[in-house]
Amino acid sequence: MIPEELAEMALFERETQQQYQHQINVCVASGCLSLQSDQIRESLEKEVRRRGEERWCQVRGVGCMGLCTAGPLVSVGPFTDPAAALYQEVQVSDSLDIIDSLGEGAVSRLVCPTDGPFFQRQVRVVLENSGQIDPERIEDYIAADGYEGLLKVLTEMNPSDVIEQMTRSGLRGRGGGGYPTSLKWTTVAKAVGPRKFVICNADEGDPGAFMDRSVLESDPHRVLEGMAIAAYAVGAGEGYIYVRAEYPLAIKRLRQAIHQAERLGLLGNRIFGTTFSFHVEVRLGAGAFVCGEETALIASIEGKRGTPRPRPPYPAEYGLWGYPTLINNVETFASVAPIIRNGGDWYARIGTEKSAGTKVFALAGRVTNTGIIEVPMGITLRDIIYEMGGGIPDGHAFKAVQTGGPSGGCIPEDYLDMAVDYDSLVQVGSIMGSGGMIIMDDTSSMVDVARFFIEFCMSESCGKCVPCRVGTVHIHDLLTRISEGMASMGDLSTLVELCEMVRNTSLCGLGQSAPNPVLSTLRFFRDEYLAHIRA
Amino acid sequence: MAAQIKTLKIDGRDIGARSDETILEVARENGIGIPTLCNLEGLTPVGACRMCLVEVKGARRLLPACVTRVEEGMEVTTSSERLTAYRRMILEFIFSERNHICSVCVSNGHCELQDMASRLGMNHVRVRYQTPRLPVDASHQRFVIDPNRCILCTRCVRVCDEVEGAHTWDVMGRGFHARVITDLGQEWGTSETCTSCGKCVHVCPTGALVEKGRSVAEMTKRTSFLPYLKSMRDGRE
Repeated sequence: MIPEELAEMALFERETQQQYQHQINVCVASGCLSLQSDQIRESLEKEVRRRGEERWCQVRGVGCMGLCTAGPLVSVGPFTDPAAALYQEVQVSDSLDIIDSLGEGAVSRLVCPTDGPFFQRQVRVVLENSGQIDPERIEDYIAADGYEGLLKVLTEMNPSDVIEQMTRSGLRGRGGGGYPTSLKWTTVAKAVGPRKFVICNADEGDPGAFMDRSVLESDPHRVLEGMAIAAYAVGAGEGYIYVRAEYPLAIKRLRQAIHQAERLGLLGNRIFGTTFSFHVEVRLGAGAFVCGEETALIASIEGKRGTPRPRPPYPAEYGLWGYPTLINNVETFASVAPIIRNGGDWYARIGTEKSAGTKVFALAGRVTNTGIIEVPMGITLRDIIYEMGGGIPDGHAFKAVQTGGPSGGCIPEDYLDMAVDYDSLVQVGSIMGSGGMIIMDDTSSMVDVARFFIEFCMSESCGKCVPCRVGTVHIHDLLTRISEGMASMGDLSTLVELCEMVRNTSLCGLGQSAPNPVLSTLRFFRDEYLAHIRA
Repeated sequence: MAAQIKTLKIDGRDIGARSDETILEVARENGIGIPTLCNLEGLTPVGACRMCLVEVKGARRLLPACVTRVEEGMEVTTSSERLTAYRRMILEFIFSERNHICSVCVSNGHCELQDMASRLGMNHVRVRYQTPRLPVDASHQRFVIDPNRCILCTRCVRVCDEVEGAHTWDVMGRGFHARVITDLGQEWGTSETCTSCGKCVHVCPTGALVEKGRSVAEMTKRTSFLPYLKSMRDGRE
């Protein structure tokens, strides 16, 4: 593909779409698919065909629209249509009514109000196309300015200009650590090696987290474009996407997207006719949580047992097969193209000074609106849970919110007015993590919550280092005894001692952060532990 | 690039070192003992047992001396109250994980784990013994593996892969269920890759890998061959 063809293709696709008077978009991401949204799409298509209206009315599958709790979701457009609306809990039998209503007025019994805070307070950067485009068609992505960022860097920018924009954006790694993205890119760019690699970490394993899955299922090309831009910036020619095998739909769409991009010459050799080449392959994880740790992930791609190794040397210097390697997670790569298109300064204006931009969160647990949201950094937890999340259902009271998965902590009511950014969360003993947010109400026992997470870490420990392999077993053992009312005060102090030791001596992030849920619940909900202690 | 010379402080002593040396190597050259279990001279260090963790001024975390290279101006503390407490706890973890009852072990009196426990004054285990019952494999003609005595240091895995070149040993399973296995998890006696060289037996720090026919306290091990083998090979390259 030559540069002019991209603009032509985008124009052609937009014109084609404008020919349709009506557009019915059915969510075909995992959440709604589990409620048979594919059958709804089929029956809508069938009905449109039966009426011979295919030329005016388009039925499309689109990515996640966010409010998973109200699925299956169907949206009708364009905005000018009097029937334009978002429909919730749609059944196959609603197809006729939806099609009848086109051009007339929305089907009121199905309408999902979109003027509430759940939708209105979102700032969509990573999810800008999510729910708007068909994830299985590259043309849809191109019509939404897709691959324009890549074209821009390849034809107008030096690799150092790209990194400069990333520095200005202030983007920090969205995988959990919050390491400045541009700094990582710089180190890989400066590293010397005959080959370099770019790896996308899509091994999202935290219980209750489904942000990356949603991005991959809804807008796979965005991740590929981000990787290609990164590869150009650091001088890499090959890339891998490491996806967990539990995400079959994401894998299918990624593979399809890679194939489509290669066919159009947007990936592969001599992209846009320049000297830049970039090849991407998908690698599947076999279900080990520890493979989300970068050195274990690299070992797994190399075909070895997925265990971490001590750093330094960091992958930037000594990564895949010993070559300099850049590893970022899905959301980080998905933020790259908009930053390049709109400039780093634009991105830095969103969010807070030290945590720029937006963050995607997966709301789960005891909250009215479960689903995916993207919010500017610096929003308060209260706004997320009460305004956007709609509060706690069934008249129960809020107890804690767990952020950062098994590596994070539980945050109580007192801290709800705290701004959500990397540093504040660390101060209260939790972490940003990849963006899972599990809300718990007064029916949850915090000892059980801590036990659940430590059990997770215990069974996911790779077994390489002693503190994590054995320490998690003993922490779990003690928590079990506490919850069964068999423990003494002495056991409680041993528990703290074990947690601190495991945190300070483990080899990788899994062990180092495994005690976090225990320590944070002990800090904020000590009463609950004491209530279980034998007198 | 040739190695550079660095100067650093270990336990308050000024020490000179080559930049390709680790803290552990330099400390030992200077007669400063840092406890280790998984480390063995002649094998690639893996930093798994965490016994050799040391404090480095300015570092956010404790660093494993066996894999951390020296740097100019580094200030290392190899022993402190906190480090001793952690090292004892690591030993408690290892003793509690499987069956380490010395009095009935063929390696009693010649065991690195036992020596380490007495050296560091670990005389109590405050956590619950897990003692899983793992099957002993005595199918090999000359050797026995008793996984109940194994501490997963992976010395056997490394010596077999790096020195013998057979890669008969590997690790299977995750976390608490991790175990060393021969070939594809089959009986040792049926392994087609094993050359019966016995290196794994001699590098094993405990009574997990032993020669047949030894009674309690009779199994002594010999690891001095390893650095010689290594230096001969390196010299030839």
